[in-house]
Amino acid sequence: MSSNCLKSLLVAAFSVYMLFYCNASFSQSATNNGLTEQHHNTEQKEQGDFDVAATILDHIRDHHSWHLWGHTAIHLPVILKTDKGFEAFSSSKLSDEHHQPVVYNGNYPYKLIEGKIKIMNADGSVNAEASKKVFDISITKNVVSMFITVFLLIIVFLGVARAYAKTGVTSAPKGFQSFIEPVIIFIRDEVGKPYLGHHAPRFMPFLLTIFFFIWINNLLGLVPFFPGGANLSGNIAFTFTLALFTFVIVNINGKKDYWKHIFWMPGLPTPMKIFLMPIELLGVFIKPISLTIRLFANITAGHILVLSLVSLIFIFKAVAASAMAVPFTVFISVIELLVGFIQAFIFAMLSALYIGMAIEEHHEQDLVL
Amino acid sequence: MVVGSVAAIGAGLAAIGAGIGIGQIGKGAVEGIARQPEAANEIRTNMIVAAALVEAVSLFAVVVALLGNG
Repeated sequence: MSSNCLKSLLVAAFSVYMLFYCNASFSQSATNNGLTEQHHNTEQKEQGDFDVAATILDHIRDHHSWHLWGHTAIHLPVILKTDKGFEAFSSSKLSDEHHQPVVYNGNYPYKLIEGKIKIMNADGSVNAEASKKVFDISITKNVVSMFITVFLLIIVFLGVARAYAKTGVTSAPKGFQSFIEPVIIFIRDEVGKPYLGHHAPRFMPFLLTIFFFIWINNLLGLVPFFPGGANLSGNIAFTFTLALFTFVIVNINGKKDYWKHIFWMPGLPTPMKIFLMPIELLGVFIKPISLTIRLFANITAGHILVLSLVSLIFIFKAVAASAMAVPFTVFISVIELLVGFIQAFIFAMLSALYIGMAIEEHHEQDLVL
Repeated sequence: MVVGSVAAIGAGLAAIGAGIGIGQIGKGAVEGIARQPEAANEIRTNMIVAAALVEAVSLFAVVVALLGNG
């Protein structure tokens, strides 16, 4: 009974999921056709010119506007800091009705060149010297996506926390609590306790925050329509910031033994100590860098894979190709659901491991051979 | 006509490396579970973690290949 129920639920979920891909691909081919018709009289160049790599890289990049459907997009504010001070305007001013970049005359003449805001010269070329001084702190697609994530997390966790405050931890969990509680206990028992031991309660807030933040971002990234679809956890600045938190926490909490094992490890001949010191010191920085690249590469690769499979339809220029592309896309998307969880878990786990290594207390024991 | 770049060869080599690595992990895990079925859960968790670590290394290579491709 319950397995049947689960099965039909899964089928329904998959059908809805596939539906969105169908819609997206139809709307895209429709706009492609529209473009082809427009240009048909003047030139044939649009015919069959679908640059897969450019389309995919455009999709995984950060944007100043959030594309919803067809020609509808949310234009997000652009905030720039130049040597003439701050300035804010809507990103709709940077493109015309045909989605081509145009020059906007603010404090300087700005134009979007490959997703970056550049200052233009009067003759229409890029002023590279002045463009370096543009400090772009716009609310971009990724930033909005992050706000949505934070909003979701606050709603979910404040609700759950209030439920615990009301009924205490002794009663059975109710509602959303029943979903969150096993995950929290999983992180506590699989990440916190094995690597941090009795220090676990001190670092659980950080581990849980980082785990849920990455997980929900990974999941939102897999949703192909509005509230999701931003490639946030596939953005290297984002993952770098998260890894920086781990780096700071590890090195602030590092005990005497942690530093001793980096700079002057006991039990080794002196020449070896001198040889190993720079390697160990590099290791301090390589750890957060590997955290950064692992999350970034996994999520970006997942997005590229899904988009490549959807692009198969346009590469073969046949609707029949969707018979192959759509099931593969669904397959990879489901794998990405798993990867999204595993990567969030691994990030939390490795953070716990590094913290655990740093706060480990010295065991007084002689080497017995 | 076959059009490609050195980056594609790099990505392919990375895939070979990751394939061997994940294959070894899977082999080890299955052998371990066959010997000690009661430890299956623990082995599976560690297997997934190790596989993700190996996969990450191959993805580093893919990223480098992508960057090299420009």
